[in-house]
Amino acid sequence: MITVKYFASLKEIAKKEEDQFQLGNSASFEQLCQAISQTSPTLGDMVREKKVMVSVNMDVVQPDTIIQDGDEVALLPPFSGGLA
Amino acid sequence: MKWLYCPHSQAALHENTFMSTATESKVRIQREDFVVTDEIEMMKRVSQNIGGIVTFLGTGRELSKGENISKLDFEHYPQMAEKKLEELRVEAIERFKIIDMSIVHRIGEIDIGENIVLIVACGEHRAEAFKACEWAIAELKRTTPIWKRETTSNGDVWVSATP
Repeated sequence: MITVKYFASLKEIAKKEEDQFQLGNSASFEQLCQAISQTSPTLGDMVREKKVMVSVNMDVVQPDTIIQDGDEVALLPPFSGGLA
Repeated sequence: MKWLYCPHSQAALHENTFMSTATESKVRIQREDFVVTDEIEMMKRVSQNIGGIVTFLGTGRELSKGENISKLDFEHYPQMAEKKLEELRVEAIERFKIIDMSIVHRIGEIDIGENIVLIVACGEHRAEAFKACEWAIAELKRTTPIWKRETTSNGDVWVSATP
């Protein structure tokens, strides 16, 4: 089971804070996109098209990363911390 | 109930823990306001070799891209945001050879004029402290998973990036 967290604008698209998917011991990014598309095809496409960053276990990763069972994945829209 | 990762104490702090005055933790994300002078005094106690302290204070601005903002709301990725701030702090100390640095960032609703973020860079001399502070705020905005939503007369909007 992997957990996928959604933040900020992506949480509003997903209409939820997180999902849990059963993807087996190791899964490709495309498998992850397909799972996310079950919640929102728009979000799945955004990940495929690299419009959002993806972190695995709190480190930003590249699209060739293999997702392991138990991983915490997060979809991260562009950051905007700091001052106004 | 939410818990905050606290790299320095290696302990989880309850999000609602009252931290409006400086604590020993040098990287914090909190809802409560902070007192700038308390944060500076905490850092002055780190070393008697500190000869220059540079601070950056980010505050809520009323006008953004021509729109009047009535309120700001900051969201973060708990644990990852604290982890990134701590990595940033350690790199700033090593890269600019400063003595120490602290970073405090607020989350939740913030009114115009209120404090948002504070960086305190302490060096033996001013030059490295200035450089470290400027680098740290730019790096914070680039690498730390914190997001801002602005409430304007035209509705709420998530800000995709800030200059």
